[in-house]
Amino acid sequence: MDPDEGDIVECDVLVVGGGPLGNTAARFAAKNCSGRVLVIEKRQEIGSPVRCAEGISLEWLEELEIEKIDHFINKKVLGAKLYSPSGNQMTIGKEMAGDEVGAVIERDTFDKEMAVLAGREGVDFMLKTSAVDVIEEDGVIKGVKARRMGNNFEIRADLVIGADGFESQIGRWAGLYGAIPPQDIMTCFQYRMTNIDFDADYTHFFLGSDAPGGYVWIFPKSEDSANVGLGIQLSQLDGSKSPKEYLDDFIEKHDWLNQGQEVDMVSGGVSVSAPLDKVTKDGLMLVGDASRVVDPITGGGVANGIKQAKIAGEVAAEAIEENDTSEKFLQKYENRWRERLENKLWRNYLAKEKAVELDDEQFDSIIDALSDKKIDEMSTEAILKAVSEKYPNLVEDFEDML
Amino acid sequence: MSLEINHDRCMHCGACVGSCPENSLFLREFILEVDESCVECGICVRACPVDALKLRGD
Repeated sequence: MDPDEGDIVECDVLVVGGGPLGNTAARFAAKNCSGRVLVIEKRQEIGSPVRCAEGISLEWLEELEIEKIDHFINKKVLGAKLYSPSGNQMTIGKEMAGDEVGAVIERDTFDKEMAVLAGREGVDFMLKTSAVDVIEEDGVIKGVKARRMGNNFEIRADLVIGADGFESQIGRWAGLYGAIPPQDIMTCFQYRMTNIDFDADYTHFFLGSDAPGGYVWIFPKSEDSANVGLGIQLSQLDGSKSPKEYLDDFIEKHDWLNQGQEVDMVSGGVSVSAPLDKVTKDGLMLVGDASRVVDPITGGGVANGIKQAKIAGEVAAEAIEENDTSEKFLQKYENRWRERLENKLWRNYLAKEKAVELDDEQFDSIIDALSDKKIDEMSTEAILKAVSEKYPNLVEDFEDML
Repeated sequence: MSLEINHDRCMHCGACVGSCPENSLFLREFILEVDESCVECGICVRACPVDALKLRGD
């Protein structure tokens, strides 16, 4: 199994990145075709270290086609509470009905589960393996140059799926895109804190200058522990104060937090981009963060990515069976994921562009104006619809998308 | 000028890698590397969530 220096490893579908989306794409590819599907992952352990706030909505989990989900769910929640800088708040969710609409998951367990599901379909894994370049011949992606345990070798595949996340280099090496502009990057820092005093039946979001261009989140892991983190738009950072320092300041000023203890640290970057024009070329598809499908308002990447990765896997299988991995054939993938996600991504991108211009006073008056509204559905769309009634000018650019 | 990586602070999260306009930073498992294509623009310094990157004058 261990490739030697100069070896050539062959497979039908190569997935670069062993995160949940890479493994989901691999799983559905292997399930639907007879070819060999290989996942490479630069880390020694799938799912670790976690780089996620771990809050999800429950509705999309059925997409996964799995029997049980409870083992990777830490805490289900009834809804979300939004806070403005001066402390105005609004609640979203079916408060009266007591229905659970969201959950906080254990990402490393979740990620490993996605790998197990892929493994059951016959997917192979190569851990501790980095892609160092793509192999491109006459404009067609033929595989990657890789490094593992000190050995350099080639992995050749009929189709490469780039699932290498925010820091994707497959997409850049293949010339599908260049740099992400700083206004489309969130830089994030989080502690898992224990022994804190809060309402663990809700996720909590603090808006305004505590996290410029982003928000502070408190996502419950149990009755007295939570992921406490923030994301700040890169264009709002001048280098004088890091995201970690922003979070330390936030924690320090809240008594219900500063008595707690930190048991975990997480950092990372997230793209909050408009949908790309193209995420395929001959022999290549990109999925997940690497294809910039993170929700631009929430910064959530797993839900969109899983939906897209499943489509990617199905189209990959079809391409292998038809022996056609051309960009033209892979247009099926582009068409299917765009039909599901593109309109919403655009709408939330435009909403993000508006939200970043708001100052603390505006957040105070918006949250105050919405505080008496009953918003049942925990979705960006529901919030934007409520905003549009009180502040139509804030949504005028994308009102037709609501 | 050169980019200095403080490996004691680095969390290997890749926030700098995705932010780099020149694709000059690489994360290989738990090793962050910068190559000669770096133009010392400083975007990664701002992007780092934990202040692990600095531009240092020669």
